[in-house]
Amino acid sequence: MKKENQTEKKNKNLYSIGFIGSVFIVLFALMISYICVFSISNKQEMMDNSYNTHQALLKKQNSRGSIYSADNQILARTIKDDNGDEIREYPYEKVFAHIIGFSSHGRSGIEDMANYYLINSNISINSKANAYGNEEKFPGDNLYTTLNTKLQETAYEALSAHKGAVIVSDVRTGEILAMVSKPDFDPNNLDKEWVEMTTDEDNTQLLNRATQGIYPPGSTFKILTALEYFRENGENYKNYHYSCNGKFTFGDSTINCFHGESHGNVDFTLSFAKSCNSSFANMAVTLDRDSFNNTLSGLLFGSELPWEMNHKKSTAICNEGLSDNDIMQLGIGQGKTTVTPLHMHLITSAIANDGELVNPRVMDRVVTAEGKVIKSFYENDKQRLMTEEEATFLRDLMHEVVEKGTASKLKGQSYTAAGKTGSAEFKDSTSDSHAWFTGFAPYENPEIAVTIIVENAGSGGEFAVPIAKRIFDKYFS
Amino acid sequence: MGILDFYLSEIAKYVIGGCIIFYTFFSFLVFVYKGEKRRGWIYGFQTAFLFLTQFACFIQIIAKTGSKRYLLLLAIQTLVILMTISLYKMIYPEGNRLIIHNMCFMLMVGMLVITRVSYWKGIKQFMIASFSIVIALLIPEIIFRLEVLERLGYVFALAGLILLTVLLVYGTVTNGSKINFRIAGISFMPTEVVKLFFVFFTASVLSMKTDFKTVALCSVLAAAHVIILVLLKDLGSALIYFVVYMCILLVATGNPLYFISGFALGGLASVVAYKLFPHIQVRVAAFVNPWADIETGGYQITQSLFAISGGGLFGLGLYGGNPTSIPFVEEDFIFAAISEELGIIFSCCLLAICISTFVMVLREAYKIKNDFGRLLCLGFGVTYIFQVFLTAGGNAKFIPLTGVTLPLVSYGGTSVLVSIVMFAFIEGECLVRSDERYQAYLDKKKEAALKNKALNNEKRKSD
Repeated sequence: MKKENQTEKKNKNLYSIGFIGSVFIVLFALMISYICVFSISNKQEMMDNSYNTHQALLKKQNSRGSIYSADNQILARTIKDDNGDEIREYPYEKVFAHIIGFSSHGRSGIEDMANYYLINSNISINSKANAYGNEEKFPGDNLYTTLNTKLQETAYEALSAHKGAVIVSDVRTGEILAMVSKPDFDPNNLDKEWVEMTTDEDNTQLLNRATQGIYPPGSTFKILTALEYFRENGENYKNYHYSCNGKFTFGDSTINCFHGESHGNVDFTLSFAKSCNSSFANMAVTLDRDSFNNTLSGLLFGSELPWEMNHKKSTAICNEGLSDNDIMQLGIGQGKTTVTPLHMHLITSAIANDGELVNPRVMDRVVTAEGKVIKSFYENDKQRLMTEEEATFLRDLMHEVVEKGTASKLKGQSYTAAGKTGSAEFKDSTSDSHAWFTGFAPYENPEIAVTIIVENAGSGGEFAVPIAKRIFDKYFS
Repeated sequence: MGILDFYLSEIAKYVIGGCIIFYTFFSFLVFVYKGEKRRGWIYGFQTAFLFLTQFACFIQIIAKTGSKRYLLLLAIQTLVILMTISLYKMIYPEGNRLIIHNMCFMLMVGMLVITRVSYWKGIKQFMIASFSIVIALLIPEIIFRLEVLERLGYVFALAGLILLTVLLVYGTVTNGSKINFRIAGISFMPTEVVKLFFVFFTASVLSMKTDFKTVALCSVLAAAHVIILVLLKDLGSALIYFVVYMCILLVATGNPLYFISGFALGGLASVVAYKLFPHIQVRVAAFVNPWADIETGGYQITQSLFAISGGGLFGLGLYGGNPTSIPFVEEDFIFAAISEELGIIFSCCLLAICISTFVMVLREAYKIKNDFGRLLCLGFGVTYIFQVFLTAGGNAKFIPLTGVTLPLVSYGGTSVLVSIVMFAFIEGECLVRSDERYQAYLDKKKEAALKNKALNNEKRKSD
């Protein structure tokens, strides 16, 4: 009897002590996994935090790596000034200002995005030991970008003294080939110009207009209206006809064509090619609002763009709350609708790439000072924005813009371009407008997409299309 | 500093990582073999890797700093650890050596990292640790001889409560929640000492009786401890006392109902405490999103996270990181400092070693027949492991920060003394157990002899 009691007691002990032991073992196993996963997967993000003192440690130990273009030109590097202090040199001065960015006075652009790689050094232990022995810093890892100096320079020069932005990318790979924003600054003179730049509210040189500029899309938005019309009506779009006398009145609101021009009898394709506001306002009032709103959010309006650097969201809303005037304004990309040049560029790229958007990237690979590749950015996530059929439909429309419409300055080249112009009015009172062009080439088998906005210049056909032509010429030469 | 120094400190990184992996491996291999005698060779390897780790760390320090003063420190520390290990083995051959080895390993790592953060604090820590080890040598003998300790439960409770109450009235507040006494220039933390009293009290009371009345009285007294600690803003200690009590209660009564209702009550109490005390809300907010407010609330924890992630697998090497950017690094954030300079592999192995110690303590507790001894071992084991969990988990943002020390590793005289004394008591109980075993063996022999005699008698009768 006593013995039985004892074994029972012993079992009870075994269970309770075993339970306590197991609980702690499980807790510790969870904790150890958490520590490993959390600290390794968040290492880069934490290293970039400005409160992290390890940055200063690395700065003392390594000299910041260089940034190269795809054609092996140095875009940024660390050199020593006359006093032997390290300074950052940007050989192309203003040309790459926004996309490369800077690493003093805070960080921006690629200097910010690739900071982790540039401040670390992965050279071999032997090289490190040698540098250590010579009391030199270890050379940081270098970054190769997808940027092309020829195209960047062309875009930079073509935009000349205007405010605005240009984006050029390869639609098949998502590689950004050029990105220009003006007004610009010289990153070599940041120390001298910093105060002036940050206090000047008219120019906002530091803003990268290509990704952070918010503009009315104007007629470039007709791409979306046309897409929605096609989605609702299918092949019936061919039966569409409209007689334009320079304005369209619905209810008590009126939409005017650009500069009151009357386009006469137009079908769907010609409405698009000639960018007839009246015809598109006429279409817009027939569209199903929910469906249009779905199309817009499916094309990334109101959501984050797949782009790591600072950028703004575009807004285009279509719901039952809109008045007739609002919906007509939406149809021609005026009113409250806004878009960033990057967003317009991504939509164009997707159209050119059979409806599939290859997410853009500007970093190509990280290479040690000794030439060993330690990281490649070839992931290229894709997302489908529209069906192949829809993409083909839009490509044909955009081709007609060059053949018969507002972008005829691109006609008759060795390549066949396609695109859409826009002249976006940004003040109600005046007839000033931003000149837009977004397009791609070759039409048959698209390779590159180009998006241009020239602030306050006039019509897209007159001011943006010639810039696109210079870039296409350079690319296909 | 030349090329050689650079190679030495780089290679040392990997040697240190490798050594601790082997050490950890052996501290779990121990469980495969039953009986201390069969584990002899494992302990040999463990000792070797312990000293190799220490040696590699000092090589790294000397290569990085170029200072010769560390050489002497290495020699003295090695000697003290070697003496500790061999003295315990000689004086208490029946004691558990894994616990002693792991204790020495933790002390060694602690002294190393504290010395790196602040040389003189490291020396001070070393002296206190040495003193504590000497005291601790006597403890197993004390517990073996003084059985009266088993029956003094309520005395311990009273002593603990009085100490805490005095603290509540007179204690000086430092660092917000840390409270200490200053007597003759030496400051000591009573909450650490009361931990010992608390375990003695619960183990003693619950080993004698586990009827409802006793449990109720004991729980009220335990709750009084916890409430005073919460009023002292020492949340970490309050949590430790609570969990330790619940574990002892579970094993003493074997009744899961007490355990479940206890935790339900504890959960309720913590919700009330959260609503009542703004400093708890601050801690929780800093845990939920430390990045929102780095300047004030989240500063410590974010710096700690930077340190842990910045070290990578093998660490930046001693003197290669920036641990002093974390406020109170040598007390509350030593785990982060270790991860930063010695690497995540090292710090995770350290946690595994703590678990191996804990499992060994539980095994000893299970084998002890004496109820008091079993509960005492269990109580100290849970105190130790839960404190490790709170500080490491807090440093890594696995749980909210509670500001407790990493036992045996963190800087703090009282903490080190109390931790070493705790392990000495566990060793003492191991002796009691081996004595029990010897008694059981004698009893068995006697029984067998009696049986034999009876058999012989019968035989003789039948003849």
